Amino acid sequence: MAADASAPTLSARIPRPGLISGLGLLFVGLLLFWLVVNAVKTPSDFFEVLLIGITTGCVYALVALGYTLVYGILELINFAHGDVFMLGGMFTITYATSLFGLHQGEGIAIVPIVFAVLLLSMLSCGLLNAAIEFVAYRPLRGAPRLAPLITAIGVSFIIEDIGLAWKGPNYVTAPDVFPHTKVFSIGGVDYTWNKLIVVMITVPVLLGLLYLVQQTRQGKAMRATAQDKDAAAMMGINVNRTISFTFMIAGALAGAAGLLYSLYVTTVRFDQGFQLGLIAFTAAVLGGIGNLPGAVFGAVLIGLIQSFNEGLNWHAPGSDWTQSIVFSILILILVFRPEGLLGERTPEGG
Amino acid sequence: MDPGPAEQIGFRNQMRARWKALPVLTRALIAIGLEAALAILCYFTLDHALGFAVATIAVIYWLRRLPFYPRIAGEAALVALFLIFGPRSFAAMLATVFAVLLIPPRYRTWALPAVALVVAILYPFYQQKLFTIPVFGVWPDVATGVYMLVFIIMAVGLNIVVGYAGLLDLGYVAFYAMGAYTAAWFSSLQFAHRTFHFGAVGIDPKLAGIHITIWLLLPLAGMLTAITGIIIGLPTLRLRGDYLAIVTLGFGEILPQIARNGDNLFGTGFNLTNGPNGITPLDSLGFGNHISHATAGFLPANYLQCCSASFFGHQIQSTDVFFWTAIVLLLITVFCSLRLQYSRLGRAWIAIREDETAAAAMGVPLMRTKTWAYATGAFFGGIAGAYYAAFKSATFPGDFFFNISVFILCMVILGGMGNIAGVIVGAGFLAYLNQEGLANTGAWLNTHISVIGNLPPVPGDQGNGLDVPLFASGIYGAIILIVMLFRPEGMIPSRRRAAELHEGVQHDEPLYDSTHAGAEA
Repeated sequence: MAADASAPTLSARIPRPGLISGLGLLFVGLLLFWLVVNAVKTPSDFFEVLLIGITTGCVYALVALGYTLVYGILELINFAHGDVFMLGGMFTITYATSLFGLHQGEGIAIVPIVFAVLLLSMLSCGLLNAAIEFVAYRPLRGAPRLAPLITAIGVSFIIEDIGLAWKGPNYVTAPDVFPHTKVFSIGGVDYTWNKLIVVMITVPVLLGLLYLVQQTRQGKAMRATAQDKDAAAMMGINVNRTISFTFMIAGALAGAAGLLYSLYVTTVRFDQGFQLGLIAFTAAVLGGIGNLPGAVFGAVLIGLIQSFNEGLNWHAPGSDWTQSIVFSILILILVFRPEGLLGERTPEGG
Repeated sequence: MDPGPAEQIGFRNQMRARWKALPVLTRALIAIGLEAALAILCYFTLDHALGFAVATIAVIYWLRRLPFYPRIAGEAALVALFLIFGPRSFAAMLATVFAVLLIPPRYRTWALPAVALVVAILYPFYQQKLFTIPVFGVWPDVATGVYMLVFIIMAVGLNIVVGYAGLLDLGYVAFYAMGAYTAAWFSSLQFAHRTFHFGAVGIDPKLAGIHITIWLLLPLAGMLTAITGIIIGLPTLRLRGDYLAIVTLGFGEILPQIARNGDNLFGTGFNLTNGPNGITPLDSLGFGNHISHATAGFLPANYLQCCSASFFGHQIQSTDVFFWTAIVLLLITVFCSLRLQYSRLGRAWIAIREDETAAAAMGVPLMRTKTWAYATGAFFGGIAGAYYAAFKSATFPGDFFFNISVFILCMVILGGMGNIAGVIVGAGFLAYLNQEGLANTGAWLNTHISVIGNLPPVPGDQGNGLDVPLFASGIYGAIILIVMLFRPEGMIPSRRRAAELHEGVQHDEPLYDSTHAGAEA
């Protein structure tokens, strides 16, 4: 089966001389030079932007993992994922304010509440994502490959409008509960608690996911389904349930990301999900789609690139061009290294 | 009746097989019962005319597959209903449907488009006298007609990429933008440091900026856009379907962002696109005095100052002339698209769509064929963009968003991928909805159905009721979802595409081999 898609692309990609990689290295070199000049000129800005970049990278990592999980198992770019993430932010705001009455400056008492909101938000988004799979993607399991992709765009628009109907066209404000006090200083820049909390929530979730996929029986079923659905079914794995479970995990990650985003940035709007989702998707592609550590690596890289672009002073294009830069990276990666930075080269990768 | 294996693939086929397994009489009774229920529901809760319109269309849909006698009985019941209650709109719709059905099938391929064309050309003359459609309100005015035609041209262009060649293009708005900006650059004051005139009408011959006649600009915009398409396509068309989709999406975001930020490109101070303010005004369309005199005023010298003529009590407006010109452009587009469909190139597109590997093995040059599809689709997108910019006499970067790409894709999917008639109907309907229909429908729903009219506003908004145009993109999303789930071949399907979508041609099956282990960390 591996032969039929690889034949045309393989011949097209054999003559790939060192020129491209040379240009790539030159580009990376210029980028590093630009960073070093910036670091020397304005070190405090540089370090501040670096810390912001790592924090946003963590949020992107959670979203990117959702894309990667779903792509790994169904080979489907789930466009709706970004909007589930946005809805996760709205769930968080609703739970935090309406259910628990959370408001600014509550001190240490927020820890159990944030934990409870995190669980609720993950659960809501996980169920939502599994429902999306059940309604929109499962009936199309045997259809041509572009059919679920088109459906995914439709679902994405529907969810966006659910957010619009629920919270309105303006920014929704979340209570700024994470303390802004300093943890430590680096290069004259304070590392504040709100940034650390984001990392502190992200890392255990990532470790939990890694454990789930690599060590548990369910994770083994997921990996088997990703490799070969028919064979997995013959080995007694319930393929449909495994796929549903994967969507649920992906949705739960999006819910966690939504919590972090809404409490860290403190504003959410209905149409932000699609853009942020595409940035996270770029991160997943950058790291190598289908590859879990790759998604995290790519996400941190994209977070850094975005914040360097928006925060540095010396010859930075600025936030007007963020989308263009991210999409240029996406296109360059897909064209020249579709397997991503950490992925393996596959015959049908292009 | 045991459904064959092909019947069991796909949700819709399974449903259909179950439906077909019922006895004919049961099916007819269920259909008539459903219609009666629907009609009664409509009669007691909605506007009468609407109830009958819905019931008529639904009955005809349900009845058309039945054997002779149940069908005749159903239609007789319909006629009886019509005789008892006869709202005008119901009669009009019924007459239209019967008129279509009465044309013998062998003439339909020619007669229907010809009738549709005549009806469309005469539209400005009778538009004012038309009745009010239930729910949808008044018929669209002629300016909306121009908008619809422009989007139909774009949908027919996108159909070449998506329908014929089977490449999913999520960045079609980039071509629209490219065409619009080409028209704007070469017929406005944008490049005021140069003065160049060629055939422009209605302006001072010494006016600064580049001013070229629109009749040259349209093909020029098409060609520039096609070149853009080739530039985008060459590196990316090697990619597999879903990667290609995401790359085109990327370009569809990058080009409009360049348009938004293009008033000071890369800090050089070079003003390419005038940034968020857009480029306005553009020169008027027109053929110039010379040609106008030579054709005895049939071709107007200047569209904006034209037309003192009056026919059938209708004073011809400049919008009407824009409308007819758009029809001519659409005819050219449709002609090219039809001729391409079964040309050598068109057959190569179909071959690639159905099985890329087999096509390559048969000697179809993949890259060249795909690039041609991309360039051709882009060409028509560019023409449509340029014409619409000239019509509006402006181009703003705010017009070019990802939503527009999906909007055009939705037109192609709703109408039927690969079928020009379907795409035209789908695009016309959706473009109308976008421009007038949603607002009218929303107003009707809010006044006639108290549940909807009393809905609380979305947070941050004012006034009770459902703001339907606000949810436009969600409505398109729902249309895409419903069509893909229940009728992936669209309203008016191309037979070949329908077979592919239902049987699931196995060319694009994902490969689950160990080298592509998904979640393997």
